[in-house]
Amino acid sequence: MNEPARGGLEMRSISIAFPGVQALSNVDFAAASGRTHALIGANGAGKSTLMKVLAGAYDHYVGEIHVDGTTASIRSPRDAKAIGIQIVYQEVDTALIAYLSVGENIMLDQTVHGMGGRQFIRWRELHEAAGAVLKRMGISIPTRKLVSELTLAEKQMVLIARAVAVDCRFLILDEPTAPLSSSETARLFTLVRQLKSEGVGIIFISHRLPELYEICEDITVMRDGKGVITGQLSDMDQATIVQYMLGQRMEQQFPDRTPVVGETALAVTGLSDGGMLHDIQLHLKKGEVVGLAGLVGAGKTELCRALFGASPGAVSEVTLHGRKLRLRSPNQAVKQGIALIPEERRREGIFVHEPVGTNLTAAVLSRFTRAMAWLSPAKEKRAATEMIERLGIKTPSERTLVRNLSGGNQQKVAIGKWLLADSEVYIFDEPTKGVDVGAKKDIFELIAGLAARGKSVLYASSELNEIIGITDRIYVMYDGRIVRELDSDDTDEEELMIYCTGGGQA
Amino acid sequence: MNATARAKHKNSFSFIDFMYKYGTLLTIVLLIAFFGIFTDNFLTSSSLINILLAVSVSTIIATGLTVSLAVGGFDLSIGSTASLANAIVISLFVWHGQSMGVGIGLTILFCLVVGVVNAFLVINFKIQDMLMTLATMFIFQGIALTYTRGATVSQNMIMPSGDYATGTIPALFGKIGKVPWIIIIMLVVVLLTHLFLQYTKHGRYMYMIGGNREAAELSGLPVSRYRLAAYLISALLATIGGIMIGARVMVAEVNSGGPMLMDAVAAAFIGYSVLGAGKPNALGTFFGALLIQILSYGLIMMSVPYYAMDIVKGSVLALALAITYYKRKH
Repeated sequence: MNEPARGGLEMRSISIAFPGVQALSNVDFAAASGRTHALIGANGAGKSTLMKVLAGAYDHYVGEIHVDGTTASIRSPRDAKAIGIQIVYQEVDTALIAYLSVGENIMLDQTVHGMGGRQFIRWRELHEAAGAVLKRMGISIPTRKLVSELTLAEKQMVLIARAVAVDCRFLILDEPTAPLSSSETARLFTLVRQLKSEGVGIIFISHRLPELYEICEDITVMRDGKGVITGQLSDMDQATIVQYMLGQRMEQQFPDRTPVVGETALAVTGLSDGGMLHDIQLHLKKGEVVGLAGLVGAGKTELCRALFGASPGAVSEVTLHGRKLRLRSPNQAVKQGIALIPEERRREGIFVHEPVGTNLTAAVLSRFTRAMAWLSPAKEKRAATEMIERLGIKTPSERTLVRNLSGGNQQKVAIGKWLLADSEVYIFDEPTKGVDVGAKKDIFELIAGLAARGKSVLYASSELNEIIGITDRIYVMYDGRIVRELDSDDTDEEELMIYCTGGGQA
Repeated sequence: MNATARAKHKNSFSFIDFMYKYGTLLTIVLLIAFFGIFTDNFLTSSSLINILLAVSVSTIIATGLTVSLAVGGFDLSIGSTASLANAIVISLFVWHGQSMGVGIGLTILFCLVVGVVNAFLVINFKIQDMLMTLATMFIFQGIALTYTRGATVSQNMIMPSGDYATGTIPALFGKIGKVPWIIIIMLVVVLLTHLFLQYTKHGRYMYMIGGNREAAELSGLPVSRYRLAAYLISALLATIGGIMIGARVMVAEVNSGGPMLMDAVAAAFIGYSVLGAGKPNALGTFFGALLIQILSYGLIMMSVPYYAMDIVKGSVLALALAITYYKRKH
């Protein structure tokens, strides 16, 4: 393991800061040729940032990078590629040019940088070279096929092919298996093993702990922008890894509440969306806060949207207080008493160019009108001012544009919109994302208040400590399914994390 | 700290802010003053009425475009719709001898189909509004041409059979195309649309959909229904515009509404910045149309050749867009 001398790379005390956050502080990391190194950590631990540093995406980091024992200066993607470091990002579509052929995409680097003085592309050579790369990797995709016609797994293969088409010594795979089916994952792993046997050093980021044991030798666990431990994977079981991922967290303040849980309000059976979600069953009781735990990509957002009628392909049987619901559109969902506070606040939850007041009354504007749908500014203003006060939204007035508020206050506006609507079921999708501690506390209290008034709350988050703190009951999602149902009082973060990462299954 | 920084930021750009809010109105006032001083007959009631008369049809059409812009759409087919409406209404009188009520009613009915078609294509196939309505622009223009067999429709025209057309255009119909009615109709259309967009629930919803369709959808607004409504209003106002063209000239010329499109687009976009609205609004559109017309009228009175007017229109539009987009970024 500790052999950065020859055929290896070493990152020494890497630190990087972005406005307002210290993303990495003094992280050490090493990878060796011909081995696969797993890089693990909860969401926001800094894995992707560290790998971006290695791939030359940032130039303002502090620290040293050594390759084969000599110092390497990596400040741009070009530097990284010159050394033979290639990265395959999770969002494959951003890296591929959809209306070019597979061959052109694979040979992109050569076409951009390797043309020299030539002005014309030698098409036959290009496709032959691309074909040779694919053949070496054991992949059968025609090189003249358009990338837009490929499946997601095939696109990933094309990206890997592009990486190894040039001199590739280290290959970073950022959560490559998240969108793949199990057979596609198996194919990917075959490829990884082959590259490994050719001497490529592979750095493998994943949230799925069980699969690490299939292909990885080494492991580094990160938490809160720091490296926690590096060692041989065979020395660590999943529970140990989870312990390192979580560590000792700061205790957060959650509101004291004694849940008064009534009869079943929302019941969902057999929800599938033909893609991500498979046969979801869940129910929410009156006055209950139910958690939906899962890591990024587990299908929480898809489930939340499906319950809100915002997922066109979803089929399910949903009842609210025994009444069957039609959830073909958000419009119907709202009318039937369901509210969603979406994850992508700025894009989905608020109207940034509109004033606070307009945002707050958006969902129930009919209540602020006189005859002929004529708006009543006075009524609107009264309701908006009341809500601003109740939620403690920090804004000069209800006429301030929402884009001038902070993230936490924007989130309060997004929530306030639905408080005015007085729905039966509130679905929160990552409500604390990008929200400061004070606003977080307000949001928790608000949720507790909703439950106390007999509303049902579904709280989806990847912040496991928050889920345990605020909810009464937890569903754990993994790979588009609900894999466990737990009582919040009888579980802890470690147990949750094990289920979230696909462990603990029979 | 933050607040003071913002205030400072505001002060240093106050000129831009001021120009953004009042630039259009100020320009109109300055132009009137300028032409009043340097030409002989500009500041007379007859030239003022002439200017209003000249903008009336294009303003009505531009107001429809404004509504489609409000929902984040872009209806390029308005010019063709106006041509079609002009052809239908005159032909109903001349070819079929219909009364005024039936003629106008049927024309509006036929042309609302245009709005339905536009909305259907844009909403169901998720094609960009501008591209889709570019296609329908050609289609409806072609339909209007085919319907009139590429000829001007007028009283006593020679029919394919060799006879003269027997129908007459009602005198009352000609009246609405004259001062003051045509100007009054335009002002009513602008006012009603402005009130609708600014002070009703439906207008508010339309702006929300235009501002952030995803968030509007997830706020439970019936987004598709409002987009349909916007295209219907757009088609309706284009139709009224087309009927007014007919009432003014008492014939249906080939592609009479076509040239209105670009005037309408220019007026609507200049209107974005009026009184700092920052979004499509009917009152702004009216002042946008007025600005262009005053400029053209005054320049013509100063003996600038009429064929150079497009240069002026384009320059004004470019300037207005520059201010609007600069403001958006800052």
